[in-house]
Amino acid sequence: MNFLRLLARNQLALAGLIVMALVVLLALAVPLLPLQPPNVTNTADRFMAPFSEGHLLGTDHLGRDLLSRLLHGTRLSLAVGFAAAVIAAVLGAAVGIVAGYYGGRTDNVIMRLVDMLMAFPYILLALAIVAALGPGLLNALVAVAAVNIPFFARNIRGITVGIAHKEFVDAARLSGMGDLRIMLGEVLPNVIPVIVIAMSTTVGWMILETAGLSFLGLGSQPPVADLGSMLGEARAALISSPHTSVVPGVMILIIVMAINLLGDGIRDALDPRLRSGALTRPMAATLVKREGPVPEAREGKLLDIRALETQFHVKSRVYRAVGGVDLEVKPGECLGLIGESGSGKSVTALSVMGLVASPPGVITGGRVDYKGTDLIGAPYEHLRGLRGREVAYIFQDPLATLHPLYKVGDQLIEAMKVHGKGEGAREKAIQLLKDVRIPNAESRFDSYPHEMSGGMRQRAGIAMALANDPDVIIADEPTTALDVTVQAQILALLNDLRKSRGLAIIFITHDFGVVGQLCDRVAVMYAGRIVEEGPTAEVLATSAHPYTKRLIACVPELGEGRRKLAAIPGLPPPVDNLPEGCAFAPRCDKATEACTARPIPLMPFAGERAVRCIHPENDAAAREAAE
Amino acid sequence: MTHALRLKDLAKTFDVSGGLFGGTRGKVHAVNPITLDVETGETLGIVGESGCGKSTLARMLVGLLPPTEGSIEIEGEPLSRADPAAFGQKIQYVFQDPISSLNPRKTIRQIMEAPLKHLHGMGREQREARIAEIFAAVNLREEFLERYPHEFSGGQAQRIGIARALAAKARILILDEPVSALDVSVQAQVLNLLADLKREFGLTYLFISHDLAVVEAVSDRVAVLYFGSVVEIGPAERIFAAPHHPYTALLAGSAPVVGRELTPPEAKGTELPNPLDPPPGCAFAPRCPRATDKCRAEVPALMDMGDGTKAACFHPLGQGA
Repeated sequence: MNFLRLLARNQLALAGLIVMALVVLLALAVPLLPLQPPNVTNTADRFMAPFSEGHLLGTDHLGRDLLSRLLHGTRLSLAVGFAAAVIAAVLGAAVGIVAGYYGGRTDNVIMRLVDMLMAFPYILLALAIVAALGPGLLNALVAVAAVNIPFFARNIRGITVGIAHKEFVDAARLSGMGDLRIMLGEVLPNVIPVIVIAMSTTVGWMILETAGLSFLGLGSQPPVADLGSMLGEARAALISSPHTSVVPGVMILIIVMAINLLGDGIRDALDPRLRSGALTRPMAATLVKREGPVPEAREGKLLDIRALETQFHVKSRVYRAVGGVDLEVKPGECLGLIGESGSGKSVTALSVMGLVASPPGVITGGRVDYKGTDLIGAPYEHLRGLRGREVAYIFQDPLATLHPLYKVGDQLIEAMKVHGKGEGAREKAIQLLKDVRIPNAESRFDSYPHEMSGGMRQRAGIAMALANDPDVIIADEPTTALDVTVQAQILALLNDLRKSRGLAIIFITHDFGVVGQLCDRVAVMYAGRIVEEGPTAEVLATSAHPYTKRLIACVPELGEGRRKLAAIPGLPPPVDNLPEGCAFAPRCDKATEACTARPIPLMPFAGERAVRCIHPENDAAAREAAE
Repeated sequence: MTHALRLKDLAKTFDVSGGLFGGTRGKVHAVNPITLDVETGETLGIVGESGCGKSTLARMLVGLLPPTEGSIEIEGEPLSRADPAAFGQKIQYVFQDPISSLNPRKTIRQIMEAPLKHLHGMGREQREARIAEIFAAVNLREEFLERYPHEFSGGQAQRIGIARALAAKARILILDEPVSALDVSVQAQVLNLLADLKREFGLTYLFISHDLAVVEAVSDRVAVLYFGSVVEIGPAERIFAAPHHPYTALLAGSAPVVGRELTPPEAKGTELPNPLDPPPGCAFAPRCPRATDKCRAEVPALMDMGDGTKAACFHPLGQGA
């Protein structure tokens, strides 16, 4: 029913649906309607004008009632068009699934045959088929279906190739299912939406093609009428009695228009990419709807995030991805932001430069202070001037962030030119590639991203972040996709760069080992809030929040041998339904009633640390260490 | 000791086709001949970085990919033809991405029933009983059976994947990066579940991962793969603590460990050799600080290092110490 609602949201599609439903109902009701016999000639009454007595739409050149012929003809044309569409879809999908599933030589042979079929102009091919089979409506149906098989075959094959390599197909094989069973049971259900989309957009076309063949006298044979043959018969009287052509012509127009509008609507409603909002272009900067007072910035910080709140508004639901985060970095400092997926660490980072996609993202509160100005709600031009020049990002997957069609060096130059630093950009780009220790920087300048290994690409990504000498780098899991030996080199590189250039780094990760090696301070996030913050060594050694302590215990560390791991039972709470008090309380073995009664503030703890817990761990030890 | 799994000279070579007419342009040795025994009840860890051939090896072991040469023997029976249905009753596979290994358009019940129906020909009642038994073992509620995969979190989906593998009554499981898509707190839940299941059903595991610490924590023995070959194999508690092969040492030295100084463990490149044109000698030689002319000319075989470890290196570390 969700589908119908989506469809109805598109008003043109809804109009198409209504018109089409009326036409189909009318066609179905033809035997019940008090119509004159469609094929009885009465030459005395030929070419009567519309609205004549007894003939609402007039008569044709043989004196037959046009209304009756129109409705009978519509019935026939619709039946043939739909039948052709179904046949073409079934056969085309079968061919496409077989070709896509088996791949290799089978695929090659089948698809080249399909290509040959497509190389003929379709009307020529249809004519040839009808010429071979002889004229007749059934043969026209066969011809139209055959002509459209390649379209379905190619579409479905493309989708099937993607599905046949999915892991669930391998899993089905290991479950003992044969090829035929897998094609019918695993692949087909996943391509049915595509078949329906392809059908809904081609039915109209097929009705036109059938009409075309009938118009040429190759489809329905006299005296039986379909819309095309009615047009064909009326051609001779086009000037003297235009209504004989206009009546079937208008009907074809209505049908094809309604089907195409409906088809587009069906496609939009079924296509998962369109449904998930791929067509809605995100705004250039995140939407800001701040209510309540804006907090003051603290003194002496380079980047100061205060009480930041970012939410996602999806229909009636509100996902509180970031629920009041305070963070700050000084020049030359590395701050680790650690948390599991969904904890809000990436959204926090993207909010800084207004990079959270809107819709659905909305910044609803707080302040991001950079060198004394508040970036939240700042004009787009101001943000754009800062992005990449003052605050740069390094993302997890460099293959997705580098443009695949431009050379790496040109992308570096572009990054500089955007900020008006185009002079000597080529030399500077090569120097940057050298700085991030890419061997043969001069020749690598002309490489495309796909020609580099994952580690090299991430180095190029770092070079791009450094291109405009930013003061702050926000690195969002930059080494998660890399092998350990490469990761170690990238981390060492970042560490050197921060020391030599005085960069402030916010390093987002889920890996305590990485944080322990690279970061001066660490903030632990859970369910959109910071639960613990402090100098890395102290937080790791004497974790105060039960979540931090137990999360560290979950992670096996190299060199401890075989052992049972401590797990945290349960899952983090969904951020559209956060509990009133401590979000970790349901999974915590120290939780009391007070934990769930009211929100727990982030409280100072042992020296420079802070913790959002009323029963902190390691209390005595941490205080002792602080003193 | 009985062997759950014996591999003899198992190798896989892919033809690289080039040009319009599909002529063979070269061969890529994804897995060089590997001889390996896995004892019943053992967990053998397999570590290696991307491109080392670990997934190709795993797919051969479950019959999804025909080996180019060599043989596989499972519980004493040779399986020569790549037929997942024949393999499926003895050896099963748990996939890396738990969500994409479940068909999005099938209910969990339909997914769970497939191996019972097609591998064991069970009737409806038998199937229900078996599913109930397995779901109890992996801590899943039976009401999940009527739901679709997208309704589950990664950890739950991976439990379903494990349940499906167990449903086939296979006693050997190939675990291909089973926890690398999961968050750490969930990762520990799944690893502990795997350990419990192993004890309960007497399973044998091949645990493939790139995460050294995880492999070390769950394995009895560990094999290190580099460029399609086993370069070192030995007891889990010793292999990273006292590595013999320089590559193992590099891996162990690269793993991030709290408190260790951040220095790149290796000055030379991290690039793997070109698979179309591999070097004549040891594949690691171009990156190896200890490489000599001998290394660049001859391929070293696995040699006994005296402490239960075997390494394929002419100049192993830790010898005579």
